[in-house]
Amino acid sequence: MINLMDNCCSKCTHSPATPCSNYVLCRTAGPFCHTDKGCEEKRKNHINNVRVPSGGNYQQIIVCGGTGCTSSGSARLVDSLKEAVNEAGLSDRVAVKRTGCHGFCENGPIVHIKPEGIFYTRVKPADARDIVNHLADGQIVERLVYRDAAGNSYPHFHEIPFYAGQTLILLTNCGHIDPEQISDYVAVGGYRSLVKVLQHMTPEQVIEEIQLSGLRGRGGAGFPTGKKWAAARRAAREIKYIICNADEGDPGAFMDRSLLEGDPHSVLEGMIIAGFAVGSHQGYIYCRAEYPLAIKRLKSAIQQARQWGLLGKNILNSGFDFDIDLKEGAGAFVCGEGTALQASIEGLRGMPRVKPPRSTEKGLWEKPTVLNNVETLANVPLIIQMGAEEYRKLGTEQSPGTKIFALSGSLVNPGLVEVPMGKTLREIIFGTGGGIRDGKAFKAVQLGGPSGGCLAEQHLDLPVDFDSLSSVGATIGSGGMVVMDEGACMVDVARFFLAFTQKESCGKCTPCREGTKRMLEILERMCRGEATLDDLADLERLCRVVKNTSLCGLGQACPNPVLSTLQYFREEYMAHIVEKRCPAGVCAELVRYRIDENLCRGCGLCLKNCPVQAIRGQRKQPHAIDDSRCIKCGVCLSKCKFKAVVRS
Amino acid sequence: MSDITCTINDKSVTVPRGTTILTAAAMLGIDIPTFCHDPELSRYGGCRICVVEVKGWGQLPASCVTEVREGMEVYTESEKVLEARRTILELLLANHPDDCLTCEKTGACRLQEYAYRYGVRKGAFPGACHAYPVEADNPFIMRDMNKCILCGKCVRVCSEVVGRSVIDFSFRGFHAKVATPLDSGLLNAGCVFCGSCVEVCPVGALTEKQRIGKGRPWELDSVTTTCPYCGVGCQINLLVKEGRVVGANAAGHGVNGRHLCVKGRYGHGFIHHPERLTNPLVRKNGQLHEVTWEEAIQEVVRRFGRIKQEYGGQAIGVLASARITNEENYLLNKLARLVLGTNHIDHCARL
Amino acid sequence: MTNSIDEIAGADLILAIGTNTTEAHPVISLRIRRAIQRGAVLVVVDPRKTELAELAHIHLQIKPGSDIALLNSMAKVILDENLWDKEFVESRCEGFEELVEAVQGYTPELAEELTGIPADSIRQAARAYATVGKATLLYTMGLTQHVCGTDNVLAAANLALLCGQIGRESTGINPLRGQNNVQGACDMGALPQFLAGYQPVADETCRKKFSEAWGGPIPDQPGLTVGEMMQAAIRGSIKGMYIVGENPVISDADANHVEKALNNLDFLVVQDIFLTETAKLADVVLPAASFAEKDGTFTNTERRVQRVRQAVQPIGNSKADWQIICALAEALGLPMRYQNPEEIFNEMAALTPSYAGIRYERLEKEGIQWPCPAADHPGTSILHQEKFVRGKGKFHAVAYLPPDELPDRQFPLVLNTGRRLFHYHTGSMTLRTDLREICPTEQLDVSVHDAQCLGLNQGDRVKVISRRGEVEMTVRISETVPRGMVFASFHFPEAAINKLTNHARCPKSNIPELKVCAVRIEKV
Repeated sequence: MINLMDNCCSKCTHSPATPCSNYVLCRTAGPFCHTDKGCEEKRKNHINNVRVPSGGNYQQIIVCGGTGCTSSGSARLVDSLKEAVNEAGLSDRVAVKRTGCHGFCENGPIVHIKPEGIFYTRVKPADARDIVNHLADGQIVERLVYRDAAGNSYPHFHEIPFYAGQTLILLTNCGHIDPEQISDYVAVGGYRSLVKVLQHMTPEQVIEEIQLSGLRGRGGAGFPTGKKWAAARRAAREIKYIICNADEGDPGAFMDRSLLEGDPHSVLEGMIIAGFAVGSHQGYIYCRAEYPLAIKRLKSAIQQARQWGLLGKNILNSGFDFDIDLKEGAGAFVCGEGTALQASIEGLRGMPRVKPPRSTEKGLWEKPTVLNNVETLANVPLIIQMGAEEYRKLGTEQSPGTKIFALSGSLVNPGLVEVPMGKTLREIIFGTGGGIRDGKAFKAVQLGGPSGGCLAEQHLDLPVDFDSLSSVGATIGSGGMVVMDEGACMVDVARFFLAFTQKESCGKCTPCREGTKRMLEILERMCRGEATLDDLADLERLCRVVKNTSLCGLGQACPNPVLSTLQYFREEYMAHIVEKRCPAGVCAELVRYRIDENLCRGCGLCLKNCPVQAIRGQRKQPHAIDDSRCIKCGVCLSKCKFKAVVRS
Repeated sequence: MSDITCTINDKSVTVPRGTTILTAAAMLGIDIPTFCHDPELSRYGGCRICVVEVKGWGQLPASCVTEVREGMEVYTESEKVLEARRTILELLLANHPDDCLTCEKTGACRLQEYAYRYGVRKGAFPGACHAYPVEADNPFIMRDMNKCILCGKCVRVCSEVVGRSVIDFSFRGFHAKVATPLDSGLLNAGCVFCGSCVEVCPVGALTEKQRIGKGRPWELDSVTTTCPYCGVGCQINLLVKEGRVVGANAAGHGVNGRHLCVKGRYGHGFIHHPERLTNPLVRKNGQLHEVTWEEAIQEVVRRFGRIKQEYGGQAIGVLASARITNEENYLLNKLARLVLGTNHIDHCARL
Repeated sequence: MTNSIDEIAGADLILAIGTNTTEAHPVISLRIRRAIQRGAVLVVVDPRKTELAELAHIHLQIKPGSDIALLNSMAKVILDENLWDKEFVESRCEGFEELVEAVQGYTPELAEELTGIPADSIRQAARAYATVGKATLLYTMGLTQHVCGTDNVLAAANLALLCGQIGRESTGINPLRGQNNVQGACDMGALPQFLAGYQPVADETCRKKFSEAWGGPIPDQPGLTVGEMMQAAIRGSIKGMYIVGENPVISDADANHVEKALNNLDFLVVQDIFLTETAKLADVVLPAASFAEKDGTFTNTERRVQRVRQAVQPIGNSKADWQIICALAEALGLPMRYQNPEEIFNEMAALTPSYAGIRYERLEKEGIQWPCPAADHPGTSILHQEKFVRGKGKFHAVAYLPPDELPDRQFPLVLNTGRRLFHYHTGSMTLRTDLREICPTEQLDVSVHDAQCLGLNQGDRVKVISRRGEVEMTVRISETVPRGMVFASFHFPEAAINKLTNHARCPKSNIPELKVCAVRIEKV
């Protein structure tokens, strides 16, 4: 099979050295420069191999290659499926392909049969033969079909409630194309926006289009992207840079990782367009080293884009030069902050500097720099393709477009979802997310990671967009959404996030370095039942000062988890401080275990399993726990068959 | 460049565009405390003690890095500012040894000064405190990182002025620390012991080993003079207590400003060295013996007189000195040519 | 210096010849670093890979003593490529034809043979020096301590004149002087041929001015230089010497020769703050006060006259040098009575035009750079702005002259000498401070290649032997020296390297060739 990107015959002369402006369109609708049925046929075949139109003889088994599915063994599954296809003699009409993340990570490894759209979950290598049989005889493998908690089964991809509520435009390629094949991206229309920009638009028009679309930065701050580009374009300097911020570090966030792993070229295309718009010829992708798969796929994407002349000199004979280099971060959360990220690329310690000057005036190596996050850049080709007007139909007036969220915590369907801006929290959590797991009650949702806030029941009907959330002390952040059930202690949650920010503070400014430490210590004392009301006052003062005086966004936003939990769950703080009690029973040192004499049968199981010999009692007599010895590990509770151990 | 007019504490001031709030305030005689700011070094904005309130702004910006804008209304000691400043001082003190009694920096310490100015004591935040070993692996610079407030001046002066980058920040968060590579000490890090880091340190984190216990800042007389070593002519202050030179620092002006080399800053121990010649010596029976000035002078007069008488002044040579003062060289010149009658006078100009 | 230290930071190009600035003039090296941060190009000419050479954009690692070949060749490139400053040369210089003729033979290829520097690097450096807006030329003893030392400086001056890189801010020819008041000592007439202010003693008018002011006659023939005095002492024509604050037994070339000369004297007086190696040979030793114990002035390398102020009383019965000199004069029958150094200064200034406008009260806040001819003159930061002292700047035809003593089979290595950061001159001061703790002894820098050939390891004790003497020291294997060269400082009397150096001198200035002599190494 020829590669779609290859020249069909000697009449086609495209190469990076002798670029053809029609190259990209020619791959999917060509050839243009000559008429040759054979050439046309070759191309059509390839496109069909990617798109798999229904009605044809050709079928495809798509195996999810996202991080979640990969860790559940999807790589081995691919091998088994290929083997089974060969054994069944179907290799000429059935292909096995590995794609990026499908988002439905809880149910992986996921297999998707095209063109029928049959969706299998939790597939094991041993299921390979049955799946191949399905292709041969059309019999759906019932045991692999997704079933919800109520037992309803959903064999088709589009019926599954998790997907039904979503609007997949950024993530649409993730579950369909092979991210390591540029030809797959081109086959589904990739790099056409770049062609449009290079052939039909001026840089000013591109910026205007992005401004009209109302696209706002998806990294958290929501700064209008077009405005940023316009500022960088205005900067009268010869050298400018485009940086893609792929240093996604919020706990529980993996939107950017999935995009990079599943559809890396969309990000590259966005960067090239950004470069054209602002007049830059060099881009950098700063990706955290903890994303090895994303890095691997980016490297291959960059290499392939260069190989086919979509990066480098005189792209598609437009006279525009642009190249991209990949920089791997060394694991500092603060390097997600723009100025720290730039310092890190420059080879310095990743520490933020004071703004202004803004990066668009003096950024990387003191040159005007546009810094956009992965998801923002992935939106760019989309906007160019569909036009600003069409794009604005998605989302809200002030926050157009869709947003990808990483749902995690006590949900039925944790995973990656893409919804239009303006959906309510309730729709996302209870609709797409399937509600709270194990029938428990919703308690809070933490948005936007360590910089974000915790919202409560009363906020569930708030629309999720940039402005609505900030009015209640939260932020959309980069899109992490951690849902907590009634079993969560909000003081402990605040403590968790402070521990994170304290560890990740770069140490440059006093309030963040020293202030978060003392805030953390106060929260730790609260969780141990050692705090006083004075401590609470100190905590609130520290929140105020750290927020008002820290140098960068990390410090300024890090009190948010504390402030929002204080605002919406104050009674829980008071319980810890005044009553020395953890209502959720999470804070180990405030929990007491005792044995209900009436229920205890004296079986001795708890006694045997207690690691510190804190339980005493005669056989067949009620046992008792010695508080002075108990380390509150909870083993007795989990071992007791008679529900005699009580936590209070 | 157009000028900008703004008000600070309700007083109007007009300054060139690009002026920081700190500088503009200084022009009005308003003192804003700073730790990390230094006009000779790059803008940093890390310590945040200089935060001020700007009407209409949510945050309290650091005045050392925030440039004034037209019509800006700045308040340098508002309630909000005072709360922030006191809290920052409390935070610094919470992680700072309570040993002003013996600290070498007492009396010249900014932390001490501001704690006093804002009435802040240690103890607001009980909790962890660093317990780093004091680094004193060399004869000159003591590094007590427990006292460091991470203002970064030493890091910047070492990289931006001295150009050596012997120290930088290491670790993160509460454990952030200014360190040599792999914490291996100044000696191993290629430090040239110019002492500029000590000069800029606002607290007692960097002090001079030679001066330990030799006198409090207010007990020392400071005499500005010219360094006796190479030909650069750095201006130094000799610090004197009870008739002894106990240390030296840069005078802050002249060709060197606040900078010196290791010799100019730490090379003055010879002044009170026990081997100093304290009496004239005259050779008798092959040995040098201490004598009175009268005897020594008489001996010189007698011997030179005889040579001059027997062979003429041209039989005497004089070596003047590239070490002694102009006045002394001039006099030697006069002595040689006029008194001894010889033009054989030279010095080691060529070495 | 023709220009000032501060101006170095503003240069577009710095051509540093034979100067180990980061060690010998650390505070000046800060200005060089600042210039580099601003984007200046640094060209370093040095046989050693000094720290400054590491900083350089172009390091011309020259064979010792071949500077004229390099500088003449640079001039030739500049002439051939038409990069010279025609307007400056025509209006302000003379002797251009002599220069053109003198450098004609010095093709970069020939220079490559003589200097070991690739011809293209020579071209690159020449083009850069000629074409930047402001180029400053810095040099120290690496250029001057050669038998052709004076010609070396003239060759450098030719280059500056040719490119008009003089008489403007951040340009000039700038020797960085190694001792606190070496400039002042020269200014004050501590030179055999000059009275204060470089007024020739052979000139009758000058002599008359001084003898009238001083009230007595002055001999009319220029005297002998240090080296010549030592020769005369050996010959017996100098019988007595008065040495103030110098230690020639350690600092002068061919120390054994110096020691022999001083031992041959009938009478030697040494005045110093310590019993130096020279003082140990004296018949009378006079204890002087240190810089901290007296008032006065020093003149630094940029001609800036600055105050020295008394901080403590003289130690023991020591006295300030000026007081001792006055006492001697008085005892010798010609009283010199001064209340304080300021009176001496004023007398000197009245006789010295370049110091005429300087008074102590003007020096209170900061120093003044001479020439300062009048009380209302601000001093002069840049020399030769309008015209040169002699009128027109003169090109001097100079030719390459190899060092006096080159390595041979018996003495196969070149010994280069110089300074170290932590010590000063003959160590009489710094070895009596904590600096000794950090740098306790001298080590001989030996290249990796030579160490391998000689089977030497780091820390081995060796004898370094020249035709004039031998010294024992410890080996440090170092990448700073090129193969075939060893290096040591003269700071340590226990490793008195000048026992080995050659007393061959430049005939014009009498500077000894301390940078090149032939030695061999033997393992102890």
